[in-house]
Amino acid sequence: MPGAIFRPFRHSEAERSDRSAGDRLRHREKVRESIRDNIADIVAEESIIGKSRDKIIKVPIRGVREYRFVYGDNAPGVGQGEGETQPGDVVGKGQKEGPGQGDKAGDRPGQDFYETDVTLEELIETMFEDLELPDLERRAMRKIPAERMAKRKGYRQVGIRIRLDKRRTARERVRRILATRRHAGLTRPEETSAADAKRKPFHTEDLTYRHVVTDVRNESNAVVMCIMDTSGSMDTMKKYLARSYFFLLYQFIATKYRSVELVFIAHHTEAREVTEDEFFHKAESGGTFISSGYQKALDILSERYHPSLWNIYVFHCSDGDNFDSDNPAALRTARQLADVANLFGYGEIKPLGSRYYESSMLNLFRRLDADNFQTVVIERKEDIWPSFRAFLSKDRAKVADSAATPA
Amino acid sequence: MPDYSITDLERWDEIIREKADSFGLDVYPQEFEICDHNDMLGYMAYSGMPSHYPHWSYGKSFEKLKTMYDYGVSGLPYEMVINSNPALAYLMRDNTLCLQILTIAHVYGHNDFFKNNFNFKQTRAEFTISTFKAHAHRVRSYIEDPSIGYERVENILDAAHALSLEMRRNRAIRKLSQDEERQRLFESSQPRPDPFHKIHRRPEYQPPDLRRVPAAPEEDLLLFIRDYNPYLADWERDLLTIVHEEACYFLPQIETKIMNEGWASYWHREILNSLELPSDLHLEFLVRHNQVVRPHPGGLNPYHIGLKVWDEIKRLHDDPTPEEKREGGSGGSGYDALFATRSADRDVSFLRRYLSEKLMRELDLFQYEQRNDDYVVTKVADKDAWRDVKETLLKSIGTGTIPVIKITDADFGGNRTLYMVHEHDGRDLLLEYAERTLQHLHRLWGREVALESFVNGKKTILTYNDQGFAAKPAR
Repeated sequence: MPGAIFRPFRHSEAERSDRSAGDRLRHREKVRESIRDNIADIVAEESIIGKSRDKIIKVPIRGVREYRFVYGDNAPGVGQGEGETQPGDVVGKGQKEGPGQGDKAGDRPGQDFYETDVTLEELIETMFEDLELPDLERRAMRKIPAERMAKRKGYRQVGIRIRLDKRRTARERVRRILATRRHAGLTRPEETSAADAKRKPFHTEDLTYRHVVTDVRNESNAVVMCIMDTSGSMDTMKKYLARSYFFLLYQFIATKYRSVELVFIAHHTEAREVTEDEFFHKAESGGTFISSGYQKALDILSERYHPSLWNIYVFHCSDGDNFDSDNPAALRTARQLADVANLFGYGEIKPLGSRYYESSMLNLFRRLDADNFQTVVIERKEDIWPSFRAFLSKDRAKVADSAATPA
Repeated sequence: MPDYSITDLERWDEIIREKADSFGLDVYPQEFEICDHNDMLGYMAYSGMPSHYPHWSYGKSFEKLKTMYDYGVSGLPYEMVINSNPALAYLMRDNTLCLQILTIAHVYGHNDFFKNNFNFKQTRAEFTISTFKAHAHRVRSYIEDPSIGYERVENILDAAHALSLEMRRNRAIRKLSQDEERQRLFESSQPRPDPFHKIHRRPEYQPPDLRRVPAAPEEDLLLFIRDYNPYLADWERDLLTIVHEEACYFLPQIETKIMNEGWASYWHREILNSLELPSDLHLEFLVRHNQVVRPHPGGLNPYHIGLKVWDEIKRLHDDPTPEEKREGGSGGSGYDALFATRSADRDVSFLRRYLSEKLMRELDLFQYEQRNDDYVVTKVADKDAWRDVKETLLKSIGTGTIPVIKITDADFGGNRTLYMVHEHDGRDLLLEYAERTLQHLHRLWGREVALESFVNGKKTILTYNDQGFAAKPAR
């Protein structure tokens, strides 16, 4: 019988063959899809507020399992002990893995469950992929130049040295040489004289430079006003929910619109314009005049952001516990805001159970029947993401009937 | 870089092959390819095939293997052999000379097993590589076809993969055609010739339902769907065929994992012991060998169990205890018994016949069950319970881990519902998985699918239709 054939290792071949690249790419896509599908859970689970964007979050991946008919938990298994194993010994824990780490004859489906690390940045990107500020009109007469970016645009024969395209230049040279030769009736390079072959300098007309233009894209002016109730009745839980909500909003705006301006207003009985940091981290107390927040927003708008020039988005979070005497004023200012804003959202934070005995602004705001006014109720962490989507989805009607709570 | 050349390997290969011949191993021509860890990961992800159709599950498998390798959770195998003629094996470039020698000997063990074990007879080893290549080519052509595209191919492959192992277990038995099944059904329903029919009461004649499809319960789910769902396009049928054929190829390896690894370990040990290696190589061999065949506490190492049982078979014939002699004259030499067993058995029969009470106790095999969050030992191989432990073991190896599901009616209730029965053996299906698998099945069948099973002791029908999944107690 002939001896075996040995095929030696060839380095070049190994470098070339990354056969699983396509399948890995598709698998990663599926992982991303899975993250997107589970985002409501992730947002609810993780306290992502104020965390650095580099923070790594563990995300359990469920979408990429390969399903088959398999046996469930009541199927016993057989393992090997180290001697003296007695009935009643505990040999393993949890549903995720079988006992021990050895090769198991059976393949528990639980092993298909694994976690992946994503940074908050990636997560936010994935989350906001299909969201946009709704009803963004080109209201502006004056536009903000949105992105100044250098963009490649073709090639030129003149340029600065750093933009010299060496490959194209070399190609131009070869092309020129061949063309000259063909013109002279010579078709094969070998036929030229040895002296010519030695020296083939670059000519100025060979030099090719990349041409770069500055890309200015105009974007409509937009301002987002975040108004939050920071009164005493907003307890830790409520503030946490409100802040999570605004945090998402803020991250969304920061990711998507570079030139959008943000205004933060915190109010109790009085309203103040605050910085982003104060808005997310500072606690206050006192009674509640919702109208004060709205009035402040109106003041700022008339001062700095005229509605004829700016797209205006107003979001307000409160627990709805307003002083009765302030209600008429709140309704009036809300109506004014709805008139000038593209979208005016009111989120009422009602931790589970408190919805039925605490006072609510929802009844009051029902009288405000403007198309661009929306209310949502947030009862628990899990509501944040759906209601957020309801505000911002491109296709708002579709999400609204599944996610927004009846107001 | 290793301190040996290809010429060294060829020299050692010649010596090993001579030894293997003298021991009576009967092998296909052998080819070795030296590869690095990246290639090896790639081959592992694609079941060793040089050419394989694309699917994201292989990308997933690659990522998983690579992660585990990068973090040192698991190493890489020293080799990988595929069942083909000539047999193709991959050797890791970074192995030491001793490991390569061990591995080459090990590979010949697998090679002999592939060639001679009856389970592999239907795999047509001479066509393995070209078949997989043709499959890859066909799948790619569907992906590139603008009227089909990646997504639709992936959808069918996803569904087909979910069902690929639901097939007839013993491929060596010829499958009857529907007409033959019908003929058999008809004949078996005929009254037997009775010489005393004059005095016996005539038995009541029950005409068989010959219009029923399938005529007999059908285990090849993918093939049945391929043949009986008239709405599938040709390329969809072809994808189902491809996935089915690959599953057929791998089924024997699932069925003989313990035997096969034990057999290869047995022969690499025999061959290397007979080589009279220089002492440094021999010492390294002993260390490596023991790493490979050591028991894995809590799990089952097929190398370990397999080798133990092969040793036991040899001992039983060459050196039986007086008691064993009395019980049955085994006859024949130990080697004859080994070769006969390697041809005729699969894991289940192999362990059923040769895993004795004594051996089970020596291996300290136990049965565990899940209690709340823990896995608790419920039975050990003592006098009372060893048979139970053995039965459980036989159910959890080979195809015992795959629930037996048969199609009994393709037109249930007269509305083309696909009705299947799970042959429940005390182990429930994992419902979450069953639901998603039925979803795949529903997509392939195009109409409602129903699976009869037992859930917590109650007969239950799991259905999947356009409204989604439902589990109803059976009437």
